[in-house]
Amino acid sequence: MTDNSIILPVIAHLFTAVLLIFFWRKVRIQQAVSVAGNILILGFSIGLFIKTWRAGYLTMQAGDWQAPFGITFVSDVFSSTMILLAGIAGLAVSIYSTVGISRHRIQYGYFPIFHFLLLGLNGAFLTGDIFNLYVWFEVIIISSFVLMTLGGRKPQVEGAIKYVTLNLLASVMFLTAVAILYGLTGSLNMADLSLKMAKIENRGLVNITGLLFFLGFGIKSAVFPLYFWLPSSYHTPPSAIAAVFGGLLTKVGVYALLRVFTLIFIPDEFTATMFTIVATATLLTGAFGAFIKRNIRKLFSYLIVCHIGFLIGGLGMHTSEALAGTVFYLIHDIIVKTNIFLAAGIMYKISGTTNMDKLGGLYADYPKLSLLVAVVLFSMVGIPPLSGFWPKIWLFDAAFSTDTWYLLIAMIIASFITLFVIARLWSDAFWKTRPVQEVPPTDDFSAMSWYRRSLLVTPVLVLAAVSLYIGFGAEHIARLSERIATDLKDTAPYIKAVLGREIVNF
Amino acid sequence: MKSVILRTASNYLLPLLLLFSVFILVRGHYSPGGGFVGGLMASIAFVLHAFANKLENTRKLLRYPPGAFIPVGLAIALLSGLAPVFIGKPFLTALWFSTPVPIIGLVGTPLFFDIGVFFVVIGITLSILFNISENIL
Repeated sequence: MTDNSIILPVIAHLFTAVLLIFFWRKVRIQQAVSVAGNILILGFSIGLFIKTWRAGYLTMQAGDWQAPFGITFVSDVFSSTMILLAGIAGLAVSIYSTVGISRHRIQYGYFPIFHFLLLGLNGAFLTGDIFNLYVWFEVIIISSFVLMTLGGRKPQVEGAIKYVTLNLLASVMFLTAVAILYGLTGSLNMADLSLKMAKIENRGLVNITGLLFFLGFGIKSAVFPLYFWLPSSYHTPPSAIAAVFGGLLTKVGVYALLRVFTLIFIPDEFTATMFTIVATATLLTGAFGAFIKRNIRKLFSYLIVCHIGFLIGGLGMHTSEALAGTVFYLIHDIIVKTNIFLAAGIMYKISGTTNMDKLGGLYADYPKLSLLVAVVLFSMVGIPPLSGFWPKIWLFDAAFSTDTWYLLIAMIIASFITLFVIARLWSDAFWKTRPVQEVPPTDDFSAMSWYRRSLLVTPVLVLAAVSLYIGFGAEHIARLSERIATDLKDTAPYIKAVLGREIVNF
Repeated sequence: MKSVILRTASNYLLPLLLLFSVFILVRGHYSPGGGFVGGLMASIAFVLHAFANKLENTRKLLRYPPGAFIPVGLAIALLSGLAPVFIGKPFLTALWFSTPVPIIGLVGTPLFFDIGVFFVVIGITLSILFNISENIL
């Protein structure tokens, strides 16, 4: 069955981007078009999600070339959920950017590139073809290179060099792995690969190919020991860009890992153990890195690394419960990580610094805003009943039932350290009185008009509302995550939906 | 460059090369060629003109800044992909007119997609080369 509504979130982003290039250098029109485009795309995403939830699987054979020869776009519940989250985060960042991104950057094409980035993300979530996935990854990283260097300040370029080098290396690994996969099976369609890989006798070769994929996606999603590019580059671009990077960019790597390691490579004991060990190391190094940082945005960057550990750990345990916990954590993490960087941007606008030693007194000056940021911060920590709490229960429970005690200990330590650093951030930035400085910093935030201020705060408010919903409406998200985990475990309906026939010899 | 020979030749070469690039563009579906190569040839024609007659004159000849070709090309490519969606076929399906056009042959959406690529390549190549030569020369 062919359904063009699958591709709408992708095409709409391309359409918006092209429209934006027509209005090159016209700042006001670009801001309006981008926000309008994102609202429209959020509508498409919601529509796609509802449709997919009812039907289970939707497929589209691009160009009418049938699978496994053509490129298939597949929307299952997992990918449509990711599309929906990207739609929400995209809209929030787009609204925030109208004020948070300077005129200068907009004139050099910030908005078109931003839409190309989201185009790549949506494409990566929807594709059912492994080489096409690589192409979408290229779209994503090339857009992100431009966004990271836009503005051309020295620390930005320095951060970008580390980012570009490591990500290109990751692309090479990914491409090599795709080539080996093609050599082994003669197919690039993921559903077809799933059938063909299961029949290959030489399991060693299959495992090595899987590890190459893990290396490629692992670098992109910043797992131990290849995470160091992330904390040294994510604090350099403006907050709006860092928000979309922190919220979505590392997570698309995790999405690809979840997809590839449930559909094509089913982890055997060795691979699964390696995942849990890598996850343990990621959790610990990320947490200890966050422990010593005094710059808010560097601290958040380390927390991204740390929390990737939960996701990889869940994938390593590979029970339905662990996968459901991972998916739940992913949903929560995308919203919260986008939001904390936006909140950090507002704090920077108020105080002119992101150094915790120089911050202070935010609660006294802006009590309502501070409470809003508190909701965001403590959702990330996972204080019950906020959103981070529920997936952790599942992950802890899965760690008990699979006897991966080292992962369990690491998850507990990481949770405590996250709690500690966030509590310290709260007391330093919000409660303590502002340290006396020779030149008192100017408050850009209160100097803005009410309208511009509300454009900055509304996205944070909306995303905070979404995380509150994830926390208090956890039952809905839990049902969604369980359904996705079931889909990931039982791939036969996916394969049948793509190849359009009953599976022979399976 | 001050060579009279080059300058005179470039005036005749520009239309010839552009014609050739269109030829390459059109023959590209089943034979070697296509939008990308055609676009490169067309931009080379303009670069040659710029060498011989100075950059300002080439910019005047083009009328629009080369960057303006990029969104036009992207829009043509996108619309040619969208066309089959309106009659209920999957995105990017090739649609062909039933009767061939004289000289060109069968016309269909892949040709328009290639024309889009052609314009994008011209836009990007010329933007890059013009910027570089303005900064260096």
